Amino acid sequence: MKTIYMDNNATTRVAPEVIEAMLPYFGELYGNPSSMHSFGGNVGRKVNKARNAVAELIGASPEEIIFTSCGTESDNTAIFSAIRSNPDKKHIITTRVEHPAIKNLYEYLSKNGYRVTFVPVDRKGNLDLDYFYDHLTEDTAIVSMMWANNETGVIFPVQDIARDLDNQGITFHTDAVQAVGKIPVNVSDNGISMLSMSGHKLHGPKGIGVLYVRKGTKFSPFLIGGHQERNRRGGTENTSGIVAMGKAAEILKDRMSEHGAYVRQLRDRLETGLLKKIPNSHINGDVDHRLPNTTSIGFDYVEGEAILLMMNELGICASSGSACTSGSLEPSHVLRAMGVPFTSAHGSIRFSLSAYNTEEEVDFVVEKLPPIIERLRLLSPFAQEGRACRPNT
Amino acid sequence: MWEYNEKVRELFLNPCNAGQIEDADGVGEVGSMSCGDALKLFLKIDKDDRIVDARFQTFGCASAIASSSALTEMLKGLTVEEAEKITNEDIVDYLGGLPKEKMHCSVMGRDALERAIADYRGVELKKPEGEIVCECFGVTDLEIERAVKENRLNAVDDITDYLKAGGGCGNCHDRIQDIIDRVMGKQKTLEKMPATLTNIQKIRLIEDGLEREIRPNLKKDGGDIELIDVEGNNVLVKFHGMCASCNKSQLTLKHYVEAKLKELVTPELTVEEVQQ
Repeated sequence: MKTIYMDNNATTRVAPEVIEAMLPYFGELYGNPSSMHSFGGNVGRKVNKARNAVAELIGASPEEIIFTSCGTESDNTAIFSAIRSNPDKKHIITTRVEHPAIKNLYEYLSKNGYRVTFVPVDRKGNLDLDYFYDHLTEDTAIVSMMWANNETGVIFPVQDIARDLDNQGITFHTDAVQAVGKIPVNVSDNGISMLSMSGHKLHGPKGIGVLYVRKGTKFSPFLIGGHQERNRRGGTENTSGIVAMGKAAEILKDRMSEHGAYVRQLRDRLETGLLKKIPNSHINGDVDHRLPNTTSIGFDYVEGEAILLMMNELGICASSGSACTSGSLEPSHVLRAMGVPFTSAHGSIRFSLSAYNTEEEVDFVVEKLPPIIERLRLLSPFAQEGRACRPNT
Repeated sequence: MWEYNEKVRELFLNPCNAGQIEDADGVGEVGSMSCGDALKLFLKIDKDDRIVDARFQTFGCASAIASSSALTEMLKGLTVEEAEKITNEDIVDYLGGLPKEKMHCSVMGRDALERAIADYRGVELKKPEGEIVCECFGVTDLEIERAVKENRLNAVDDITDYLKAGGGCGNCHDRIQDIIDRVMGKQKTLEKMPATLTNIQKIRLIEDGLEREIRPNLKKDGGDIELIDVEGNNVLVKFHGMCASCNKSQLTLKHYVEAKLKELVTPELTVEEVQQ
């Protein structure tokens, strides 16, 4: 059975060129970049080349790039750095729809002496900016807001907010894990202090992340150890991962706008096809401010896990905002924050596409999903009619 | 991804007995859209009290659909009395196991069955009153006690898997743990019960059973009971409140008070009401 992978906000396929670029560092190029000999030093040069590529992708300088192990580490590093650098400030702000890497960290801090403001969103997933600015105080140590939402794709106006905060001297961090590689992300002309990204969301491997720290931002390391990353992140460099990240960044720089347009057209084809064929289905999130690859669609009266498993039988991979899939018992905090009614929150499916998807795949899903929803609605006591699947004896 | 076994997968993908029965003799409905799962069970019952058809409608995940399908298959051909004995564990056994986090699906099946039978008999199923412990999912202390006893659960996580309680905000975790400790503690004293009881031990156990188990339950219906004396294995009691004027009090005495004390103390006990 062919796999139709439409879960690229969860993780992406590693680009073949990226695999090719990183393989030698598992083999003959095993040197330590910190070594004095040229066998290690040569690897160090490749690490620096990768750093340049990543910096170039987001309009940063190479010395503003810190390699980490994942997006979560980047987020933790950023937040802890900000609060350690501002020991007198005890208030921190984020939004109600963050990824768990930020959400759970803020909840942890709220139990450890910090006053936390979670900025709400409206029905379309857009930030309540009035609420945000009303709650900004002189005691605020850091504001962290995701650039784009992983579940709905909704994009926040982080650049405008960052400029405002820069003028007020408040540290601003953005989790741009879902944005980098999908939409232009540039840190050169706004006041973003710190930005997190992750390799495996942009056709790089798992186990590599990046934290951008703007020159002049007070910084305190999260992993304390050796002098690596200019004393900002201890631990021997993940050389293969770093080289891979550099390669992935190079590819994106060349092809992102082309890929973006292609993926957008596929996403729209998928969305229009499904909404047309399936009654009582709705898009979650602001369709005008969204990542080009993401759609979250709520199907009333059915439950997400059942949809996913039936699609799984056909090789279709997607994800769901339903409670049952995550091991938690409530539907996704993002959809709840948006006030999506339970009727469709439990039955919300996220499709997230990549340039590896094809029109044939989209058409396959548009053909196969409507009967699945139809079938589950027939089983559901909330839909009108039911029937026995096979003659009762 | 959940590890569902082949049987669960099969019953989810090809469920049996999905649908309604137009002229059902008993209908039981549990869950809601907001809870994330719901089950409506329909029973057709003949004049000999035998279930001739069972159908379901389910909103929920794969294991909820598979559990409903399993339950309806198990029910067909049983008498109502036999059906009544089905527990959530029987449903899990029929399915060959469920992931731990999905146990609440089997509990939902058992609850719907109870309601359908009550509906058939025309009795109002008293919603276990008790006190709400988990606000997020509306689960009471009595429901938690029952799950602990029936499934021998000993951790808050287990309760969440079976009843969802504690799976939302998490504020009730301490109270759930208290209930577990209380129920398990009680069972520990049962295990330690000596083979032969001295009179003192027997009276203490009777008092303990009345205080902790029987009186709280009677009080919920506005009744009460008082221990007057113990003569050998004959326990003399007096009813108060609603129980004193209730014409079913003799049934309560034999089928509840005596049965419970036999269970908790010794099977040789008999219970008698002292007249004024």
